[in-house]
Amino acid sequence: MSEQASPSEPRIIADHLVKRFGAFTAVDQVSFTVGRGEIMGFLGPNGAGKSTLIRMLCGLLRPSGGRALVAGIDVGRDPEHVREHIGYMSQKFSLYNDLSVIENLRFFGGIYRVTGARLAARIAFAIEMAGLTGREDTLVSTLSSGWKQRLALGCAILHQPPVLFLDEPTSGVDPNSRRRFWDLIYALSEEGVTVLVTTHYMDEAEYCNRIALINQGRLVALGSPSELKRRALHGDLLLVDCEDPGALLLALERAPHVRDAAPFGSSLHLLVDHAGDDLPAIEAYLAERHLHWTRIEPIMPSLEDVFVQLVEATVPKGQPP
Amino acid sequence: MRAQRVKAIARKELLQVVRDPRSLMIALLMPLFQMVLLGYGVSLDIKHIPVCTFDREASQHSEALLKRFQASTYFRIVEAAQNYQAVTEALDYGRCKMAIVVPPEFSERLNDSGKSYVQLILDATDDNTANIGLGYAQSVVSGFSNDIAVLYANRQSIVQQNQPVTLQSRVWFNEDLDSRNFIIPGVVAMVLALVGAQLTSLTIAREWERGTMEVLISTPVTALEVMIGKIMPYFMIGLFDAAFCLALAVFWFQVPFRGTLFTLFFTTSLFLVVVLGVGYLISVAVRSQIGASQVALLVTLLPTSLLSGYTFPIDQMPAPVQVITYLVPSRYYVTIVKAIFLKGAGIIELALPITLLSLYALVIGTLAARAFRKRLD
Repeated sequence: MSEQASPSEPRIIADHLVKRFGAFTAVDQVSFTVGRGEIMGFLGPNGAGKSTLIRMLCGLLRPSGGRALVAGIDVGRDPEHVREHIGYMSQKFSLYNDLSVIENLRFFGGIYRVTGARLAARIAFAIEMAGLTGREDTLVSTLSSGWKQRLALGCAILHQPPVLFLDEPTSGVDPNSRRRFWDLIYALSEEGVTVLVTTHYMDEAEYCNRIALINQGRLVALGSPSELKRRALHGDLLLVDCEDPGALLLALERAPHVRDAAPFGSSLHLLVDHAGDDLPAIEAYLAERHLHWTRIEPIMPSLEDVFVQLVEATVPKGQPP
Repeated sequence: MRAQRVKAIARKELLQVVRDPRSLMIALLMPLFQMVLLGYGVSLDIKHIPVCTFDREASQHSEALLKRFQASTYFRIVEAAQNYQAVTEALDYGRCKMAIVVPPEFSERLNDSGKSYVQLILDATDDNTANIGLGYAQSVVSGFSNDIAVLYANRQSIVQQNQPVTLQSRVWFNEDLDSRNFIIPGVVAMVLALVGAQLTSLTIAREWERGTMEVLISTPVTALEVMIGKIMPYFMIGLFDAAFCLALAVFWFQVPFRGTLFTLFFTTSLFLVVVLGVGYLISVAVRSQIGASQVALLVTLLPTSLLSGYTFPIDQMPAPVQVITYLVPSRYYVTIVKAIFLKGAGIIELALPITLLSLYALVIGTLAARAFRKRLD
């Protein structure tokens, strides 16, 4: 694997990247860095600018402003050089449907100039990884989407690039195959491959080392999933299971330690400053009022809550989302 | 440029063509259909003009005259009318293009005064056929009257007088004066131009439509590698088509071939590079398969059929149109291939059209390589 950057140095640097299409700003002053072996997820609604950002980093779109370094190479200045060090899976289907599994792999092997014993080894690895052993001569058009996706990944990493860009790689793939796909991504990351992946699946974002929340072309927040959750809520979340949620909700809404109380299915969610101090106090408060509960415990909020909260905080009220 | 990448693209492209019924049909069936249709359909010779006769005398002389018409390959007597109404009807319904009416006093006048006449009625809706028919009819009649004059002269023991001036003609290059020999080499050019541009017009557009282009341009492959890799398999197919069409011309249509295979191979390769390049350039610019295919058809079919000199001689066109023909690459190849077939011309005699065609290939190649951008914006 070619090393353009030392392990301590970031593999991807985005510095105030801007992309305008006419009057429309698709990407607005986005800056971040991604290190060696890190999995960075871009999370955001459709049209937020995730794909535009990835295409700029691959050298497919020219930045309107700012600078991007990938594997130590300036993408704006030398996109051709960057392309030797990246693998890219586009949102659109990126294999040749009318070619067989092995023909697709050989094609990308030729394009990336992987030869001889190395090519044979890489193709064997890709087929094994995609679970396509014995189906080498099958036309890609007849494969199911999970297989296609893993084969596309195999083609994108045939030349062992240090940086991998995946644009919504798992859209339209069944949950089982998605899980399997993420196992492959983890394995690559352990080998030191830097992975930048876009998704709009919240559960998938949880698998990333860090998440960049993107909305309307802007970077709304950046951090690990747990960091983002803590920061967004400015506190901890408690779950209350009880016989009579209505009565408890009425009482807890006026409790001194509770910042916010809301029904959640047949139970309640409470937002407090610090679970460790506030949980015993709430239990005491309920006991004083002879209210019964079966369970109170701290829980992790979902990324979906976080995303909604952070987007609401950055978009002024009255502006269309 | 890396040979390995060019090879990878060429291989992939060949596999795709072989598996795409539409491309395969364009590559293999279109040349056959066009050769047969154009080879048989287009003929500038006028032969077997349907003729209606109305012999009002039915004498030895009148029958002798009509037999001459019957014997000529230019005419075919389809009807013998018994009255004027039948003659009019035959012409009206298009059963014949010409009618010959021999008057009742034909022989009488000939014997009395040595001068007589026959009537010729022509359907001139197609003025060209009418004109040519008139010419042929005149020569049949004048041949007949010559013979009669000789006969009378002999009878009266007058020494036969020779015509003072006779034309001694020798026809070169197309000795049989068969327009097929002139047209078929042009048909080959036409077929190659159409098929060549059609084939490559799909290649880049197909990648854009199927979404594979985005990944292809994210790899280190260069525009030149893509162009050469993509044109190469079609060049092979084009050479195969050319060999097939040229073999049909020689062995099926019996067009005399007097040049060398090397000259033909060299110039045909050059022409193929041009038409494939044109198709590729269109594909890069249009990005949709249907659109590119339509543009390719428009750019090759009309200019090649009208302005290449394949049927209509360029030196008979108005000067401004003649200037435009220099922009039509088929013009050079039509000139070249006709000269190779009929005159046996070599590279040296063809230096000018070959140079111009090479220049054309260079310009198209440069444009096509530059037009392909490895960017989405």
